[in-house]
Amino acid sequence: MTLVEAIRLAFSGLLSNRLRSGLTMLGILIGVGAVILLVAVGNGASASVQSSIQGLGSNLITVSPSNLRVGGVQQGFGTGNTLSMQDVAALKDRTLAPDVVTAIPNVGGRAQITYGNQNWSTSLSGTTEQFPQVRNYQLAEGQFFTAQDVQAQRKVAVLGPTVVQNLFGGQDPLGQTIKINRQIFRVVGVFQSKGSSGFTNQDDLVAMPITTAWSFLLGGHSVQSIYVQAASSEATQSAESEITQVLLDRHHISSVANADFQLQSQADVLNTASQVTGTLTLLLGAIAAISLVVGGIGIMNIMLVTVTERTREIGIRKAIGARRRDVLLQFLIESMFLSAVGGALGILVGTLGSSALGSLVSSLHPLVSPSSIVLAFGVSLGIGLFFGIYPANRAARLHPIEALRYE
Amino acid sequence: MITLEGITKVYRMGNVEVEALRGITLHVQDGEFLAIMGASGSGKSTLMNIIGCLDQPTEGHYILDGVDVAGLTDDELAWIRNRKVGFVFQSFNLIPRSSALHNVEMPLIYAGEGDHRRGRALEALRLVGLEDRAGHQPTELSGGQQQRVAIARALVTDPSILLADEPTGNLDTAASQEIMRLLADLHRQGRTIVLITHESDIAAFADRVIRLRDGLVLSDERRAAAVETQA
Ligand SMILES: Nc1ncnc2c1ncn2[C@@H]1O[C@H](COP(=O)(O)OP(=O)(O)OP(=O)(O)O)[C@@H](O)[C@H]1O
Ligand SMILES: [Mg+2]
Repeated sequence: MTLVEAIRLAFSGLLSNRLRSGLTMLGILIGVGAVILLVAVGNGASASVQSSIQGLGSNLITVSPSNLRVGGVQQGFGTGNTLSMQDVAALKDRTLAPDVVTAIPNVGGRAQITYGNQNWSTSLSGTTEQFPQVRNYQLAEGQFFTAQDVQAQRKVAVLGPTVVQNLFGGQDPLGQTIKINRQIFRVVGVFQSKGSSGFTNQDDLVAMPITTAWSFLLGGHSVQSIYVQAASSEATQSAESEITQVLLDRHHISSVANADFQLQSQADVLNTASQVTGTLTLLLGAIAAISLVVGGIGIMNIMLVTVTERTREIGIRKAIGARRRDVLLQFLIESMFLSAVGGALGILVGTLGSSALGSLVSSLHPLVSPSSIVLAFGVSLGIGLFFGIYPANRAARLHPIEALRYE
Repeated sequence: MITLEGITKVYRMGNVEVEALRGITLHVQDGEFLAIMGASGSGKSTLMNIIGCLDQPTEGHYILDGVDVAGLTDDELAWIRNRKVGFVFQSFNLIPRSSALHNVEMPLIYAGEGDHRRGRALEALRLVGLEDRAGHQPTELSGGQQQRVAIARALVTDPSILLADEPTGNLDTAASQEIMRLLADLHRQGRTIVLITHESDIAAFADRVIRLRDGLVLSDERRAAAVETQA
């Protein structure tokens, strides 16, 4: 018997029981559809997390004080006060750190802003005029403050769009006077929206000259962190080692193990985030895979019923000359056809479902990956084969007389 | 040539043993028309199934055209059922939800016959007078018509032996006579026919009748003129 004949036979077997074949396919359809949909959701999540992390700033390296040891006692993360404006100046020196484009200091805290009778609490960033360049912010309106503003400790502020929304409600904030922790400031610019980075809302901030922050709001002259812009993303690694060397020298520390500062590059954050989202995708895929296996068991179940139901027919076929492998092939093709068609429809449903979900839920951007399609289809074929072999083999091994006697 | 020597068949059901055949020795020449008679449970079907290679004897030798069937593989037995013998059952045993033509084609499919399959199946249907019912499903045919489709199916691979286990058992007299005339025709064309029946007017078509009782051959008579007088 040729394969074409076997396929024709299997097909007529399936057609003779349409409802049952359809329901069995539904099991695989749901399994494959769920794998594709959930993996797409996972992929979409990791893609959007990655792109927003990339939006944090081009080639950004963050230098922060490391845990301060006082007499050998660990003081906790970021408790040290070891960075200074001199460190910033040293990092800007191209002869010391050729892979560094520039560096800016940062001091932060919470800021309570009032305008008229509106109130908003946001995060404060005291920094220098190069902040937009280093942190990858664009201005929507007005200008960022200048080097002169920093020099003169002017009380000027640049607001994030979230702050504007909550305080001004449609009014133009430019040139308006606001109060930050009871000090009067003038709004000179508004940032463009950057969206959330997955962890924090990057649009909810107020930036001002670091000198102003020191004098009027925070006191002291410390630098909480330094943002360094590396020449390129490829140069991030060499920039990191240059920064380490410069700061070790300046702080008179001989070995990296004792360093009183720590570096974190965007790549580190990206890695961590990809690991987290990768695990998420895997988890979602695994949950979906369970339903695929359940679908496979459905196929096996229905094939066993079919074989039992058609025992007599199998006996007739054997009586007129069907060999074991003819019967085996017929039922195996039936089960594989069920899983293949179910799988193909599942791909369709999963793909359509992903785009439907994407347009329904704006925070999700499902990303159907070709590899998940190939994998899901391959697995569904494999399931048809795996769960079909036992029933088909059972049919093939039936004794002709016993099969013919079966009622 | 069918040669049976000391054939026994024992069915085991738990601790109970049923001796369906207790030592059958029988020779059937090519071209004979043999009728097997006997009371219900005497072992007729059991013997027929062994002759048709659907079942294997517990003891004894079955030599078909010089080959001891006991030494054959599963696939070789399937080949014999496909090419050398054609089976007709009391309950027709057509494949449900398949047209008459498809049923008749089925042995050719398993024979790996690609060419002229349809033509040969139609030819076999014509032989039993049912070419105009080729597209009908078994449920759309009368009992006699179903049995004729079954005979067409048994004939389509042109086997030299035709085995019929009470082929008229479910049919009325008119349909039975029609089926028997068909078998007699096939016999005249040179086929070996082995027929099981309870009725002596059916057995009268045969030129040799053996009677079984309790798994043994009770009598074996030749009636050379039987067919000629009937026909
Ligand atoms: N699969 C089986 N398991 C157990 N016993 C069986 C089996 N098949 C047949 N037998 C027994 O073997 C004996 C012969 O059965 P067989 O079917 O050959 O009778 P038969 O002569 O064809 O009867 P009938 O005229 O009723 O068809 C019976 O006693 C029957 O009960
Ligand atoms: Mg019987």
